[in-house]
Amino acid sequence: MELLVASAIGVLTAGGIYLTLRLRTFPVILGISLLTYAVNVFLFTSGRLTIGAPPILQDGIDAYADPLPQALVLTAIVISFGMTAVVVMIGLGAFLGSDDDHVDDLPGERSQTDESASEGTS
Amino acid sequence: MTHWIVAPIILPALVAPFIVLAARYHIGIQRVLSVAGVVALIAVAASLAWQAADSTTTLYQMGDWAAPFGIVLVADRLSTMMVLLTSVLALFVLLYAIGSGWDDRGRHFHALFQFQLMGIMGAFLTGDLFNLFVFFEVLLIASYGLMIHAGGNARLKAGVQYVLFNLIGSTLFLFALGSLYAETGTLNMADLAQRVALIGPEETVGIRVAAVLLLLVFAIKAALVPLHFWLPSSYSEAPAPVAALFAIMTKVGAYAIIRVYTMVFPPELESTAGLFDVWLLPAALVSLALGIMGVLAAKKLDRLVAFSVIGSMGMVMISISLFTPEGIAAALYYIVHSTLAGAALFLISDLVRTGRANLDLTPQPVIAGNALTAGLYFAAAIAMAGLPPFSGFLGKLLVLDAAYDSALMIWIWAIVLSSGLISILGFARAGSILFWKAHSVETDEDRGLGVRPAALSYAAVGGLITLLAAHTIFAGQVHGYTTKMAAQLFSPEPYISQVLETPGKLSKPQEGDH
Repeated sequence: MELLVASAIGVLTAGGIYLTLRLRTFPVILGISLLTYAVNVFLFTSGRLTIGAPPILQDGIDAYADPLPQALVLTAIVISFGMTAVVVMIGLGAFLGSDDDHVDDLPGERSQTDESASEGTS
Repeated sequence: MTHWIVAPIILPALVAPFIVLAARYHIGIQRVLSVAGVVALIAVAASLAWQAADSTTTLYQMGDWAAPFGIVLVADRLSTMMVLLTSVLALFVLLYAIGSGWDDRGRHFHALFQFQLMGIMGAFLTGDLFNLFVFFEVLLIASYGLMIHAGGNARLKAGVQYVLFNLIGSTLFLFALGSLYAETGTLNMADLAQRVALIGPEETVGIRVAAVLLLLVFAIKAALVPLHFWLPSSYSEAPAPVAALFAIMTKVGAYAIIRVYTMVFPPELESTAGLFDVWLLPAALVSLALGIMGVLAAKKLDRLVAFSVIGSMGMVMISISLFTPEGIAAALYYIVHSTLAGAALFLISDLVRTGRANLDLTPQPVIAGNALTAGLYFAAAIAMAGLPPFSGFLGKLLVLDAAYDSALMIWIWAIVLSSGLISILGFARAGSILFWKAHSVETDEDRGLGVRPAALSYAAVGGLITLLAAHTIFAGQVHGYTTKMAAQLFSPEPYISQVLETPGKLSKPQEGDH
């Protein structure tokens, strides 16, 4: 089981990093989602892998699962879910506004975006 | 046990939803509530700082659960000073946002501002690493909203970069916390400090990975080269008051490095030896050099200021990475200076923008209030470049003095001193193009001088400059205090024993329910 979980984290991370290094918003967001999945599983395993063990104290049971990583993962899932939603909205706004979904600054269009920015703010 | 220590987090957390729910369509009421909240915050922060000044460490156990099971808030000299600095900065930034009307150019500025304050305060006060992560996320999600306040395509595009970079940072933070928890079984800082010291030198792989990952995360926050790429675009595209508030956010990273690496991974710990002198110090030197080169090369005023922030963070990190009490004391003095000077410069760049088409460093017609704006720019630029008479000079002197015994002393002195010269050139070039060359450009007669910025905007910038002057005049007292602060940081035993030995409700099992 350790091998399975470890390689799952590894594959997710590798895929996530590959997609994060793309230049367009959509693959980058997908990559970050994959990375957060990987980190969620990773956090889960930081309390050691146990099968069928209860996390809450009960009479007559010796082996317990560590409950803290489960709480941490829950927090991490909620936060990463919310953050992904935020970045999708902002990315969508940027794409609809400038008709371009590159995540980097292109030198050629720099002056053009500056003009539209000064129109929007002044 | 005093409950006041939780007030800097609770107060903005209550004011913000109240603004959204009760005063959503009334910008006047929002402004009054927001300013009142920040003024109350300053009062609370000042009393907390007063309380911590005689080296008492105040502990607050959430729900009365004892550490390391419960989450604790800890107020010592360092965290109360950062809380006080944040709240004072917030007041001037808020006054500027109101004076310049920035808060009315989009919705929910004040609510997001308060949430941002809540996150920053929480990050300074918490004594638990996972809680630090949560407060980082609180301040980040508020900052995403503030960053794209008032919209505009360029701003949205910079916002996407900013959010994506910080999402990767958060993921790294979680990886660091996971490996730390897997090695030690705790995330409370005081408890970690004890357990990390117990790990033998041959089984330290996990701890070393965690220590380096954590340093990377905090270095992203502190915009240390080569992790600084998010800063120039996002700070220059963000609305000016927001960029000024963000001046404290890079310091959150510096604070976290000081806090975690004095307590959990102290310099005498064998497993993380070399992290600072081999890795952090050269990176900090490169940050300073690169930031200052950016100052000289920038084609727009707001990018120039953003690069000067990177440079000043480089200076802070040089001083931190010496990792001596003198170095930390100098860094803390410089942190206060660089926050105030950076915020003032961002606000001034917005004053310059009022009446100009853009912030390009090209000669353009004279703006309204040219003389006053130029005077303020002059003062702030002197402070940021580190010339006498302002506190940047004293801060730089303290850093140089602290670096005197370092192995890389020649490098530090050479880079710090030459970067001072280059930044003077950069700021002087920008200032003369913006303010003096303007007189040689023909002014359109019927266009006039444009709108003069509001008096309140000038008052806010003037207030920041006055604080910088006070920081210079009382430099002896402030540095004496930061020296005491560094002494407290380098002997964390009272902190650790206070956190771990204060009884909570679990300590009395016969009275408890379980």
